[in-house]
This record gives sequence, C-alpha cells and structure tokens, in this order.
Amino acid sequence: MDSLMLSSIVSLSAIGFVSASVLFVASKKFKVYEDPKIDLVEKLLPGANCGGCGFAGCRNFAEAVVKAGKLEGLNCPVGGSSTMIEVGKVIGIEVVVCEPLIAVLRCNGTKIHAVAKVKYDGAQNCVVAHSLYSGESGCPSGCIGLGDCVRVCQFDALYVDELTGLPVVDEQKCVACGACVKACPRNIYELRPKGPNGVRVYVACMNTQKGAVAKKNCEVACIGCMKCVKVTDSKSVSVNNQLSYIDTKVDACVHGPALIGCCPTGAILGVKIEGNKSVKSESHS
Amino acid sequence: MSDLKTFPQGGVHPSDQKLSAHKQIMVLKLPPVVKIPLSQHLGAPAMAVVKKGDKVKVGTLIAQSGGFISANIHASVSGTVSMIGESTDTSGYLKEVVIINVEGDEWEDSIDRSSDLKKEIVKTREEIIETVKNLGLVGLGGATFPTHVKLMVPPGKKAQILIINGVECEPYLTSDHRVMLERADEMLVGIKIIMKALSVEKAVIGIENNKSDAIKHLSDKIKDYPGITVQPLKVMYPQGGEKQLIKAITGREVPNKGGLPIDVGVVVQNVGTAFSVYEAVQKNKPLLERIVTITGKSVKNPGNYLIRIGTSIADLIEAAGGLPEDTGKIISGGPMMGKALTGIDVPVVKGTSGILIMTKKDAKRELQGSCIRCGKCISVCPLGLEPYLLYQLSNRRKFDRLESEDVMNCCECGSCQYTCPSSLPLLDYMRLGKLEVGKLIRARKNN
Repeated sequence: MDSLMLSSIVSLSAIGFVSASVLFVASKKFKVYEDPKIDLVEKLLPGANCGGCGFAGCRNFAEAVVKAGKLEGLNCPVGGSSTMIEVGKVIGIEVVVCEPLIAVLRCNGTKIHAVAKVKYDGAQNCVVAHSLYSGESGCPSGCIGLGDCVRVCQFDALYVDELTGLPVVDEQKCVACGACVKACPRNIYELRPKGPNGVRVYVACMNTQKGAVAKKNCEVACIGCMKCVKVTDSKSVSVNNQLSYIDTKVDACVHGPALIGCCPTGAILGVKIEGNKSVKSESHS
Repeated sequence: MSDLKTFPQGGVHPSDQKLSAHKQIMVLKLPPVVKIPLSQHLGAPAMAVVKKGDKVKVGTLIAQSGGFISANIHASVSGTVSMIGESTDTSGYLKEVVIINVEGDEWEDSIDRSSDLKKEIVKTREEIIETVKNLGLVGLGGATFPTHVKLMVPPGKKAQILIINGVECEPYLTSDHRVMLERADEMLVGIKIIMKALSVEKAVIGIENNKSDAIKHLSDKIKDYPGITVQPLKVMYPQGGEKQLIKAITGREVPNKGGLPIDVGVVVQNVGTAFSVYEAVQKNKPLLERIVTITGKSVKNPGNYLIRIGTSIADLIEAAGGLPEDTGKIISGGPMMGKALTGIDVPVVKGTSGILIMTKKDAKRELQGSCIRCGKCISVCPLGLEPYLLYQLSNRRKFDRLESEDVMNCCECGSCQYTCPSSLPLLDYMRLGKLEVGKLIRARKNN
C-alpha cells in the first residue's frame, strides 16, 4: 500500500515537473510582446463593444490606438471627450476636445403632417418596406417608422412615438455611436453637434422632389424656397436639389430663431429655441 | 391524371380563380394621355430620343436601349410629347416617363396592320434577332427580360429544345390562356421564328391541365407546324417558373448558383412573347400593346383587354366596371408574385400581365405568429431551400451565412409564405436577404 502511494506521488510530481519545464521553455521561446498600453487603454474604454468607433470591439479599438500612436480618425463616441483625454494621456499626446454629437432625425413627417394614403401590412422592417414602396404617405425620403433604428440602438436611446409615428432620440442616452445612421435605409439620421447647452437648429426633411410634389405628400416638407439662405448666407445654408441643409457650424443661438421663423412650411426645427412650428419639437427637446 | 408530368420537388396548389378565362380579348379604347416609363424591362433604363413638343406616330421610337441588357421603347399612340418628366410607378417612387397627349390614331407606314396570317418566314437568323432587338421585345411572362438577349446563344453552347411557357400557374390570370385560344396561328408562326433564330428542331408548349380547351385547340393546330408539340402538365404552382418548367418537361436540372437554361440546352419563352415575335418579324410591329387581365371576385366585368403601353390602370379599372366599394388591395400581377399598388394612376407597362382587385376580407393579412418548426415551408419550396432558416438569418442580418445557404436560388414564388401556418412574412425577408447578398456579391466582384 505504502509503495503504491509513494510511486503515485513520485510519478505525479515527475509529470508535473516535466510539464512545468515544457511550459516554461515554451513561454520563453514563443513569447509575443504585447504593449501594456493596450490593456491600459482598454480599461479606460466603456466596454460596450458597440462598434460605434468602426472597430469590432473595445479591444480592437485599443490595439488600433496604441499601434497608431495618435488619435486622428480614432474616436470613441460613447466615452466622449473625457475618455479620449484619458486615452490620450496613456499614449502620451494632448487631446483637443471636439464637440459632443447627437443623432438627429431629419424628418418631421408625423401622422398629422404626412397623412397616410395607403396602408402597409407587410414585414415590420424598414429595409423591406423601403425596397417595396415609397411609404404610407407617398414621400420617398421620409421616415417609414417601423423602427429599424430602435432595434439597433444598444443604448436604449430611441423609441417610436405612438402619436407621431416617428422615432424620438433621447438626448440623455444618445452617445452618437452612429448605429442608427447605418441602419436607416433612407439615410435620415445625421450626427450633428449637440450645440452650446443643447441649442441646435436643423432641416427636418430629406425630400429632394420639387416643392409642389413634396408638399402634396407632407405639409412640413422642405420645398427649396431659398428663404433660409436669404436670412443667413449661402455659406451657412445650402440648397441642393430643392433641399436645404444647415451647416453644422452655424450658431443656433444667433441664427436659430430667424431660420425657424423664415421657413414657410416649418421644415426647419430647433431644439431649445422658441418658435417651432411643429408638434414634434416638444417631444424632441 | 396522375401520370401527367410536373416538377418533382415542392409546390403548392392555390385555388384557380380563373374568373376571366372565357372572356374574349377586347380592345380598350384609346386613353386621352399615356405615360410611357423609360424603365419597363430588366436591365439598364432606355434613354429618351424625343423631346417636348415632338409629334409621334404609333410605333415611333421614343427611347433608345441603354445597354446590352436593355430594350428600345416605342410610342404606343400618336400625338404630341407633352413632357419628359417623372411619374409614380406601382411602388410609389418617381420614375422617368415620356408623356404623350393622344391625337387620332396614326400608325407608322412601315407597320403592316392587316390581319391576314403571314406564315412564310423570309428573314434570316441574324435579321430576326436584329428585328426583335430594334422593336423592343421583352419577355411578357412578367420578368421582362429582353428577348433578343435570350435568342443569342452564347458561343460554345447549343440550344436543343425551345420550351414555350403556356403554364400561367398564377391564380386569376388568364391573358396567356386567351392568347393560346385566340391568337394560336400567329403564336405558332412566332414559335417557328424563334426556332429558326435558335436553330432548334424541337419546340414544346407546356400547358397546365386546367386549360383543357387550349390544349385541345393547339393540339389540332400543331399538325400544320412540324417540330412543335404540346405537353399537358399537372396543375401545380410555381410550374411557370423557368427552372420548374424545364425540369417538368425535359427532366433536366438547371445548375444552381447562376446557371442558365442554356446550360442544359434549353431556351424558354412565354406564349405572349411568341405572339409578339410574330408581330415584330412578320408585320414589323414594335411591342406597343399587350393583353392584360383585369380580375377579382368583386370586379363587375372581369376580362382580358388589349391595351396600349402607358395607359393608366385607372382607365382599365373603369372599363371593367369601376373600382368596387370594398376594395382592400390592388395588385399588379397575380396574387402569388404580384405587387400591391400604391395608387391607380400608374401606367400599364410591358410586364403588366394582370390587375387583380382583392376584397378587404381577402386582402387582410393573418396575424403573424411565431415559427413552430413544422417544416411545411421546406416541403413546398420548389428549390429545396429552408425558408424558415433563411427568414431567421435575414431577420438577424447574417448575410454571409445566408449566401452559403443559397438564398440567391430563391425564385420568390411565395409558396413558403402561402403555406406558413404562422403567417410569417417569409417572402419579404427572403427578398431582403437577396437584396443584401446581391450587394455583397457585387462588392466582391468590384474589388
């Protein structure tokens, strides 16, 4: 009995020792150097693995940052500037703070403004509906409202308002990861600066049809009348294909009220600016 | 009955509902204005060669083919071009159209308008293909593939059999049926012309057994046309699909992953196309009118009309007794593969085989349930796909996996959705999958 125990102990110890030596040799011989900064950067990141930065996950983003040694074109939209300052410290560079962004829905075709002419009862999916027809109101650029964006949002920042039929962005929760921008088959979302104290102004329309056609399908469509260009200047506001676009650099506090006031259809919306002509802005601000 | 040929795998048998099968083809009166879309065929859109204010006659070329896979478009009426602008198509999107105000009915002099049968084929092979190309012929079965492309057999391949598709397996539609009954001689000459162009000795007309009058009528007629036979087929949807029809008649299988019928020595043409080939080659008449079925349970006078391309569907509905009160859905095409219209002021195009008006009760979709893994969709898929799986993958946007599951083989026949006890929108997601996988494949090709 004793000898059995003894031989077991000896042989197991021998196996353990041999394995340990093999592992030791292997770990020395096949060692891959990994920059410790990658771990440091990864710890600073939010860890949501949302893909908002364009990489598969936070680890991949950390590797890219450390490998590049600079932050040009690399940004974690979820962590925002505070995270990026910390990341900058790890890799030893100064970070210039850029403005926080937010997803903006460039459509105000609510059930009241863009009255449904036909009824869709097919698959409840925006991409499917978009490939089949122009939408219940007939506007080929307007929001379909079946919530593809809501389903892709990992931060619970979007919901479809039953009353308007349009998705609403929650200002507190939106981190501007851009998932909704990619998911929308009609490219309605845009990431725009949140603006000073959240004051911003934008054109809530994507319709490039001629004014009369656009207006037939939706009361608040942009008709390309150029009035918004006249109250500011052609650098701040541009009109292409009968559709106005307000530059993201325009100071909403200065030009906002005039822009909203001049629009004859109410296609220009403001957040935290007086004078919105729409019902949507209340749920939006 | 049971010894009749059909395709071996899958298929469903929806109720026939051929309400207009016994209605003779009638000529719809000329509309006051026509809108002729520049993209009414598969492939590149045509480019307009007329401008505002131009006078056109019936048969004048108004748009030139925009590429190899494209087709010329001719004026279907005589009058003045009032605008080259945009108009909504069946899906509600704006598409480029030529709008012509109708003035009288003056035809181009080159078109032979006599009704006597011209049996002798004088044109050579090359001349036939050239004529078919110039006169803008496309497949009238619904896919609107340019006919001249199908007639040009690629080098290294040889056509052995020409199959003429007279199956018309979609419920309700009867336009092909009426062509076989009322334009039989012209159609048979058309088949001879296509046979000459392809240099094949054998042509088979496939007809489903529910059209026994057409089978009998053509069986009598073909005695004068050596090389053409009639093949009665068992009633089964989607037998009118190219792959299914080839399998049913010849037993040959078109290879998967982009294989074409010519790979197994077969060319398939629709009966309506054969008739228009006759008119083009023998009478020099471009494709400017077609036979359209207007039907539905609530329609006062379902019927088959000969309509000029570009006529508003509203005019057609008017001729059939107006829009019924309890209309739930208007479909361009048949109930299985057709598309719902967003409005009725859209033009009839080369591919419009029928307009189906459904009642509110029939048009209502059943409440969508969950997949219960019954496997019915697999057993009815004529291509041996697994629709429930493709639906899940498409829904979760796993497009690379979808590609490996052969979603591109799907012919969008809708048998899976028809049979699903949970009323899942399988076909919608299948189309989404095909769209996205198509993008992936094109992106890979470009890189």
